[in-house]
Amino acid sequence: MTMVQTKPESPNTDADDQGADLRLAAITKRFGGFLAVDNLDLEIPAASFFALLGPSGCGKTTTLRMIAGLEQPTSGSMSIGGKDITGTSAHERPVNTVFQNYALFPHMSVLDNVAFGLKRRKIRDHQAKAKQALELVELGHLSARRPAQLSGGQQQRVALARAIVNEPALLLLDEPLGALDMKLRRQMQGELKRIQTDIGLTFVHVTHDQEEAMTMADTVAVMNQGQVEQLGAPRELYELPRTAFVANFLGKSNLVAGEIIEDRGDAVVISAGGNRLAVRKDRSTTHQGKALIGIRPEKLRMMWPADAPADGSNILRGRVLDSSFTGVSTEYLVEVAGIGPVGVFSQNHGQQLAAPGDDVVLTWDTAHAFGLDGDEDTQAGAREAEAAAT
Amino acid sequence: MRRRIGPWLVPAFGGLAFLFLLVPIAYVFAFSFNDAGRTNLSWRGFTLDNWRNPCGAPAVCESLANSLQISSIVTVIATILGTAIAIGLVRLRFKFNATANMLIFLPLATPEVVLGASLLAQFLNIGVDLGVGTIIIAHSMFCISFVVVAVKARVASLDPKLEEAAADLYASPIQAFWRVTFPLLLPGIVAAALLAFAMSFDDFIITNFNSGNVDTFPKFIYVAATRGIPAQANVIGSAMFIIALLIVIGGQILSNRRAKMLAAR
Amino acid sequence: MSLLTAPRSAKAKPEETRSASEIRADKRRGRVGYLLILPGFIFMLLFFVLPVFSLLATSLYTKPPGADIGQFVPALQFSNYAAVLGSYWPELVRSFAFALIATVAALAIGYPMAYLVAVRLRGRKLLQGILLVLIIAPFFTSFILRTQAWKQILADEGPVVAVLRAMALLPEDGRLTATAFAVVCGLTYNFLPFMTLPIYANLERLDTRLIEAGGDLYANSFTTFRTVTLPLSMPGVIAGTLLTFIPASGDYINAALLGNNQNTTMIGQVIDSRFFRVVDYPGASALSFVLMLAILFLVILYVRRFGTKELL
Ligand SMILES: Nc1ncnc2c1ncn2[C@@H]1O[C@H](COP(=O)(O)OP(=O)(O)O)[C@@H](O)[C@H]1O
Ligand SMILES: [Mg+2]
Repeated sequence: MTMVQTKPESPNTDADDQGADLRLAAITKRFGGFLAVDNLDLEIPAASFFALLGPSGCGKTTTLRMIAGLEQPTSGSMSIGGKDITGTSAHERPVNTVFQNYALFPHMSVLDNVAFGLKRRKIRDHQAKAKQALELVELGHLSARRPAQLSGGQQQRVALARAIVNEPALLLLDEPLGALDMKLRRQMQGELKRIQTDIGLTFVHVTHDQEEAMTMADTVAVMNQGQVEQLGAPRELYELPRTAFVANFLGKSNLVAGEIIEDRGDAVVISAGGNRLAVRKDRSTTHQGKALIGIRPEKLRMMWPADAPADGSNILRGRVLDSSFTGVSTEYLVEVAGIGPVGVFSQNHGQQLAAPGDDVVLTWDTAHAFGLDGDEDTQAGAREAEAAAT
Repeated sequence: MRRRIGPWLVPAFGGLAFLFLLVPIAYVFAFSFNDAGRTNLSWRGFTLDNWRNPCGAPAVCESLANSLQISSIVTVIATILGTAIAIGLVRLRFKFNATANMLIFLPLATPEVVLGASLLAQFLNIGVDLGVGTIIIAHSMFCISFVVVAVKARVASLDPKLEEAAADLYASPIQAFWRVTFPLLLPGIVAAALLAFAMSFDDFIITNFNSGNVDTFPKFIYVAATRGIPAQANVIGSAMFIIALLIVIGGQILSNRRAKMLAAR
Repeated sequence: MSLLTAPRSAKAKPEETRSASEIRADKRRGRVGYLLILPGFIFMLLFFVLPVFSLLATSLYTKPPGADIGQFVPALQFSNYAAVLGSYWPELVRSFAFALIATVAALAIGYPMAYLVAVRLRGRKLLQGILLVLIIAPFFTSFILRTQAWKQILADEGPVVAVLRAMALLPEDGRLTATAFAVVCGLTYNFLPFMTLPIYANLERLDTRLIEAGGDLYANSFTTFRTVTLPLSMPGVIAGTLLTFIPASGDYINAALLGNNQNTTMIGQVIDSRFFRVVDYPGASALSFVLMLAILFLVILYVRRFGTKELL
């Protein structure tokens, strides 16, 4: 009942088309023999907050630099608002970037930094406009300072003001919060979102932090090895990942390999290690043969054997290997015969906690499981997610 | 117990070194007040005459004017050509690097006599008259290498992202250069120009090979040394030293004050 | 796009698999780069490379029988080299010996100066600036004037000799000028800025936290210096020693003003006098060429031994 049913492969085509949509068609970038971006198709609707999420080295920055015109694609084409911009230089594109380390001009005052783009385009009252942009990021009082005299968070805001003051068709942000500490980061996330909603610009936000992407973006594209694995609203990606990489990189998943042995009409049943696990057909990419079934740890219910239903599907019996109590919840690792360790995330309702060695039973709602292609690696993306978290 | 000689050893020794550097300058300065007559070898009494009339001795001021003119032109030539090379080399990082670096490094690895002698051999072979022009060429040649080395360090430490940011903010490559790159390189370029001026102004050996009968200030002193250097030369040497000191320190104080004012706002 | 970014994918791939815009962007970058270095390189070619070949050619000229003074004809007279080397090898060796001692002395004096300004006075911008100018400003006094000043300070009737004689550190008829000692002191003094500035430039970029970390790990500040600071500043030391040794070995002002005519003559003096007094252009050129090759040989040896690749 909680599912978002849009087909994840196609982006929001019903968003209003008259703004400046960005369209990448079959964009490829090679560095020598190395394929950094692989035949990428992407459509970003106007006025949306779009996040490119992926592990380090997957080609996010390269994609962004090609959009900005700082790098030319090896092949493919791109357009903004229907106008082809392939091959044009950075200074000819209605696109602005918030660079990862801000790249503020150290020899100019904050105000001159912000007015720089306006002056280049010979916009009148550039000073007043720049002041206004500084007010928007709440730095009006520091406009005479040099960048070196600002804190990291303030520099970040100047970089933002310097870009948005130009009212670009597209604002590119390359890990803009990467250099900030956690607290400031959370605060700036909210602020960025507010500014984006206020001024209605299209934001393309690059990050390797899945939480950041999920809280801020309307649409998230998960990138891996130069390709988009899956694209959709955050909730949609989380609840219904279509590849093992997305399932593991975006939150945690238990992925279990098995064979489809029964077609129930609206669902299929997968046999794994002697257990019968059901998944709805509209939540599975495959309906016969080998398959992976995935369940998020928090969707699993853990019971004592005495309370468990005697028989049926979606029942796993196991023994607790490990548990860690965090207060709000407890994370368990349960060894299930024929399947292996399964992660369980159990909210603290005041129930009695299981201890290592206890026998337990795990069940779940069929509507919460998802099915993936049987050829996929159950661990895909897990290591990248760990690296991104540190 | 940690041995704590370091904290005062270095300042003491460094201070002595600076003293060593300045002793002969103090001597030159003191003897600019000497009531010397023809030769300025021993102390004959205090006078301000030399300072009142620095051009009093024959040919001192002509040679100084020659030197100032030559050094100024050399500074312009060497700074422009050297800065362009430094920027170009960083841009072409992966191409014919070794050859280019060699061409810049070799003049530095060649003693002045050899540089002077080879240019002289060249000028003699093609029959060029020696004079101000040949001095300027000779000085520019060895100053370019110094400028390249000084500016290249600055260019290399420049964040290439800044030019990208400028391009991203609608600056054409030329605008990006003049608005962002150049101002950031400027302190390095100014330092390189100062060095070029100093090296040219103080050069004797290369000049001596390629000057014909034109006198520069150092050449004048060298020639005069055999029969006694007039005290006016000390005046000019001291004055140049003081002027250089004042200009640079003044600039330093100004920029410090500006930084403080900015910080206070 | 960027002026300062080298074309990264320049020789990465065969042309036909790269897009037109990729190639165009690279070409634009490359073209501007060449345009920037071209004028300077042409200048260097005309007034450095060509003259060196001129020097080489001249060194092989010969004097036809009965020619006037200063008249030579192109030839391949290799015996010129044997002749000047046979006569002047002691001056060549002496020049290198003097230059070497002066370089070591300048390092001993210049390093603490650079360290004081760059590390100890870090953050005190004004003082740093003043001291830095003091290192360069002597150039404006003219080095001949300063050398002449040393000559008079150290003269037989001067104050230093008087004091040293009184303290019996110098025999009654002992002197300082017109000695090898005076020449080496002069060389040390005159090329001190060339030693100090590169070391300063290097130390200035040194992260002082490394020194502090060293101080935490070792008990002794000298150990910290030897194991942390000195290795990190080696590129500056190498540049400084080269910039001191090279001009010092070819210098003749110090030898001319502070030396005597017997045992302090340096190779620069010989070259100068063969050019201008004896008017023996081939001999002077041959000596110059030998000096250049010898120095290059020593420099390469030195850089190989201690060297960083990034010399400049
Ligand atoms: N200029 C370049 N030359 C060669 N390889 C590059 C260049 N830029 C990026 N790459 C490579 O392309 C891949 C993608 O890089 P990037 O787009 O920066 O990744 P991300 O931003 O997702 O971390 C990396 O493996 C990187 O090493
Ligand atoms: Mg990146």
